[in-house]
Amino acid sequence: MLTPVVLSGAVSSFDLLAWSSPGWGATLVAGLWNTCLIAFGAYALGLLIGVAGAFGKLYGGPVTRDCLGVYTTLVRAVPELVLLLIMNFAVRDLINQAMLAMGYGRVELSGVAIGIIILGVVQGAYSTEVLRGAILSVPAGQIEAARAMGMSPTLLARRITLPLMAAAAVPGLANLWLTVTKDTALLSVLGFIELTKATSLAAQTTKAFFTFYLAAGVLYLALSLVSVVIFGRIERWARKGQRTMEGGAH
Amino acid sequence: MLDFLRPLHRQVMAVIVVLTIWACAHYLNWDWLPQYRGEIISGIWITIWMTIASMVLGMVLATMLGLAQAAGPSWLAWPARTYCTIIRGTPLLLQLYLLYYGLGALFSTTPEIRQSIFWPILKAAPPYGLLALTLSVAGYEGEVMRGAFKGVPHGQLEAARAMGVPRFTAFRRIWLPQALHRALPTIGGETVLQMKSTPLLAMITIMDLYGVMNRVRRDTLLTYEPLLLLALIYMILAGLLVLFFRWLENRLPTRTA
Repeated sequence: MLTPVVLSGAVSSFDLLAWSSPGWGATLVAGLWNTCLIAFGAYALGLLIGVAGAFGKLYGGPVTRDCLGVYTTLVRAVPELVLLLIMNFAVRDLINQAMLAMGYGRVELSGVAIGIIILGVVQGAYSTEVLRGAILSVPAGQIEAARAMGMSPTLLARRITLPLMAAAAVPGLANLWLTVTKDTALLSVLGFIELTKATSLAAQTTKAFFTFYLAAGVLYLALSLVSVVIFGRIERWARKGQRTMEGGAH
Repeated sequence: MLDFLRPLHRQVMAVIVVLTIWACAHYLNWDWLPQYRGEIISGIWITIWMTIASMVLGMVLATMLGLAQAAGPSWLAWPARTYCTIIRGTPLLLQLYLLYYGLGALFSTTPEIRQSIFWPILKAAPPYGLLALTLSVAGYEGEVMRGAFKGVPHGQLEAARAMGVPRFTAFRRIWLPQALHRALPTIGGETVLQMKSTPLLAMITIMDLYGVMNRVRRDTLLTYEPLLLLALIYMILAGLLVLFFRWLENRLPTRTA
């Protein structure tokens, strides 16, 4: 896919952005697709970790709580790039050692899968904090009432806590989604082919740095603007049935 | 401190932490450390200075962006809002590449700039790094400052006007200090975030802490040791920043609930 282009004199910026050779449009869109894939996967994994982490931090025993505290503090104190780099090596090593221990051969996970895992673990720490705050916003009386009715903890979470906290969680979760789409760019440093890496390849081959980085910027911006609209809809849906008040959650 | 260690599980965790540190110190290879000590320290300085300089310059820019959005005429508010949206909608890494490679390539092919006295500055990476970090943080803080300016009670400004305080003095003595005071907790958090994004500078050949450790990794072919030390140093820097802002917040008188 990444065929180098032979430059015959001056190729205009628009030719360079065309879909197929001499243009790099297809490469950029493939990169954007990978970016979306990794961002979506990492976000979903982060949410899973976040829900478990938030409930663990609020209702878990002292050991669970302290361990989760160490996890969220560590992840939020170290630059994402450094964390991703460490985990990129550690996850590959761990998986291979586990496979060897179980008697299988070494495996090579795809870049997208590794990207989702390592970015998801980072996202999980931030999701934990956002969701913990949202759970705390659920009126205690609601939860007590559900307990008094004899609901089991899982039913309580599914029917009472999660729906009620959704509205308070959406703005924070929307921010996290915007962060994760931008954090995927860090994976380009580790050599994963996503939008930034694809753009760099195109730019270095054609020497049209300005054109390509500007084009990638437009794509990222479009992604974030579309996301903002979608999350606006989700928030309106989550707030359905809520009395309107002045000033939203931040 | 001792209260913190009273529960039994915390004592067990403390022992595990100490053992882990001992194992890391004992079993991992730290022979390279003395040789690179000077470079690591200079890298730490670059990281700290880039954080402080970009934060200070960015806040100046953010104040103008926030003011334009909170109180400016629409022909000022609209561009300011657009600027914040663009900065917040694109990755910092891409902004860095666009400035360094894009602008750099544009400059180097323009003879007028190549022959000007500014060329030695425009040729080096640090100005682009500082510019990118500053523009980026200004975009994020612009939004924060907009909210902070709007959050100052209107009566304060009306009182100033009633006292006949000139507009700029009212801004300098009343509006800005109160807005900064409100924004301070957010600014503290954002400073940590800014420090955490400085490793990207290494991508445009600046030898900050991350860049130095990258060189160590290339030279020594060690995987984990430099990265673990790197994470530790960043953690300490983040901790110091948090403590500094907590001290700063406590020093300011507060009456808000």
